[in-house]
Amino acid sequence: MAQYGPPQTVPQLEKTAKELRRDVIRMLYEAKSGHPGGSLSAADIVAALYFRVMRHDPQNPSWEKRDRFIMSKGHAVPIVYAAMAGTGYFPKEELLTLRKLNSRLQGHPSAKDLPGIEASTGSLGQGLSIGLGMALGLRMDGSDSRVFVILGDGEIEEGQVWEAAMAAAHFKTENLIAILDRNRYQLDGSTDEIMNVCPVVDKWKAFGWRVLDIDGHSMHQVVHALEAAKEQTGRPTVIVAKTTKGKGVSFMENDNEYHGKAPGKDEMERALAELS
Amino acid sequence: MARPLGMATRQAYGKALVEVGKLYPNVVVLDADLSKSTMTKDFAKAYPDRFFNVGIAEANLVGVASGLATTGKIPFASSFACFLMCKGFDQLRLGVAYAENNVKIVVSHGGISIGEDGVSQMSVEDVALACELPKMVVMVPSDEHCTYQAIRAAVEHKGPVFVRTGRAKAPLVYDAPPAGFAIGKAITVREGKDVTVIANGMLVGPALDAAESLAEQGVSVRVLDMHTVKPLDEEAVLKAAKETKGIVVAEEHLVHGGLGSAVAQVTARLHPARIEFVAIQDTYAESATGEELMAKYGLSEPDVIAAVRRILA
Repeated sequence: MAQYGPPQTVPQLEKTAKELRRDVIRMLYEAKSGHPGGSLSAADIVAALYFRVMRHDPQNPSWEKRDRFIMSKGHAVPIVYAAMAGTGYFPKEELLTLRKLNSRLQGHPSAKDLPGIEASTGSLGQGLSIGLGMALGLRMDGSDSRVFVILGDGEIEEGQVWEAAMAAAHFKTENLIAILDRNRYQLDGSTDEIMNVCPVVDKWKAFGWRVLDIDGHSMHQVVHALEAAKEQTGRPTVIVAKTTKGKGVSFMENDNEYHGKAPGKDEMERALAELS
Repeated sequence: MARPLGMATRQAYGKALVEVGKLYPNVVVLDADLSKSTMTKDFAKAYPDRFFNVGIAEANLVGVASGLATTGKIPFASSFACFLMCKGFDQLRLGVAYAENNVKIVVSHGGISIGEDGVSQMSVEDVALACELPKMVVMVPSDEHCTYQAIRAAVEHKGPVFVRTGRAKAPLVYDAPPAGFAIGKAITVREGKDVTVIANGMLVGPALDAAESLAEQGVSVRVLDMHTVKPLDEEAVLKAAKETKGIVVAEEHLVHGGLGSAVAQVTARLHPARIEFVAIQDTYAESATGEELMAKYGLSEPDVIAAVRRILA
């Protein structure tokens, strides 16, 4: 398992992302419930944030100078727990307590239960507003910390996302960085079929955001975009990361059955073999 | 005899906020395009760098407030009671209550005394909604002086607080900010031994008027200003249940889920008592003057008197 240390190189991050995916599969198998698809699609982004881009101290989760991270699509929190354990927020064994009684690892993120979780989410659409509040507060204090928010592409069907998008551009919070995990699926089916969210890039541009359009599984592009998003441009940045739901496990990729279905024993073993 | 009117409690909020802003540099204020009505405009003028108008977007209002709280600010978020509590409730659940963020929600235009604008602008369910948020302190101050103390207490309390203010001028209950004001501690504004009226907000004035009228008829009525609905002053309720023949609860709110329900839970558990409820029944109101509505929907002095009489009958 990768240890938190100096910023990882792109090849190291690729290896780390694979390990985080393995952790997700093990956790969900153990929990017997959860959402593999959206965790796997966001794995490369989360790996790059926790193991390279974000300024944070796992030994001191409330460090004043830390960057903030919000998983707004809260059902993808297993990938965050994996990254937190991997960087040393808590022992890796604790990952297997996910969704169990008395665990700090709630089914969706709970800020009051687990130090290092910055916002309680899981009711879609709320994370960007909370991130905007953080960005405003940090700016008032003269802090150079950034706020990173991962949004789902189904999630942006929620009106509150656009309330926050409009306000962030209005308040010119250049320290707010959204990453759209554009895996093209939501619970009931593809976003094209259920509720067309296109044209995604044009929508964010129209709301006054700087948009970086990337392949969310190219670690090189992910790292480059996250670093570029830190530039001070006078407006918030959104990285539209084209991803594959279930990425890394062939039988989960683009099979929306695995939006909210945990792997059984056989599936877990096949998945871990593919991710080895 | 009706009591003299003071300023509206929303106006008192606006003034208190400016003072609180001076004392606490971490206080920031958010509004959703109603700052001229909620009276946060006073703060916006005094501290423009600490005021955020998020536009007509109440869900975002609450979300941004909870984010600000995580950075050590003490956000006061305001809008009309109906808009903030109904459109921002999911955000209050997760971002404020579940995360236990130090956010202060101060709403204006509570109740039906707002008058002519009618039902869409009235809030008759906000206190019940606020009470359903774990650890949320819920206050409904009665007049300008009580509001001042409620706002001072809100900023000093660490954790989420809800305060309801009103649009209309509020009958004066106090001559000055009540000394010893504390969250969860009722103020006995009139002693009495036959019946206790437990009231808050715009009903404390009429309750005192009713007590005066009844005194002339030889009935002694205790009046409690129950400015905090949660946590409720159980001791004061228990004392009323034990020492007087019954309790009248009077509030500008639907009868289900507000102060009346909270009081009844305490008496049911600790000392069953006869209770009458002066509140809005299972209905919405309509457009008219505030006074006409308070009379039609059963929230005025004669309604309190009738309720006391029913207990004594």
